[in-house]
Amino acid sequence: MLEYLLSFLILAGALFTFVGSLGLARLRDFYTRLHGPTKASTLGVGCLLIASALFFSTRSEGISLHEVLVTLFLFITAPISAHLLAKAALHLGLTSLAPPPEDKPRR
Amino acid sequence: MLTVALSIAFVLVGAAVVLSAWRLLRGPSAPDRILALDTLYINAIALLVLLGIHLGSALYFEAALLIAMMGFVGTVALCKYLLRGDIIE
Repeated sequence: MLEYLLSFLILAGALFTFVGSLGLARLRDFYTRLHGPTKASTLGVGCLLIASALFFSTRSEGISLHEVLVTLFLFITAPISAHLLAKAALHLGLTSLAPPPEDKPRR
Repeated sequence: MLTVALSIAFVLVGAAVVLSAWRLLRGPSAPDRILALDTLYINAIALLVLLGIHLGSALYFEAALLIAMMGFVGTVALCKYLLRGDIIE
């Protein structure tokens, strides 16, 4: 039973990591590309680390807490680096595929 | 069961590494390359965690934690350089 759960978590994590990098390689402008790897860093590595925590907690004595540290650190730092990357792209004036907002008369 | 899942996961994460390396080499602008480097270190963490499960050794988490910290510092430093032309003002 535990083995099935572990296999499912590992496969889900690897699939999300792959999809994140696929988005990074395939999407067409920088602001959409920024969206892809966030899945890899939260869902992908998160699933893998949960699987690893389960694996090492059931295998040896005591609960394995190293993974929680890595997960916490990644979840805290991912939004910061994404924010800084978006700021750098805006500063350099990269073009976006989205049309510019239209002027509407204010009511 | 677990070994089959681990093999498939190794292949998928390896493909992810190749795709982000392609974006790193190709990327038209500097933020694209920084984003590709960011994704590469996250893929490296995933590979290390998988290797830890495969070998049954808890030794690799220290390396994963170090890569996470250094990768974050690297991303922030590169972004600050692009934003301000200087890292520590």
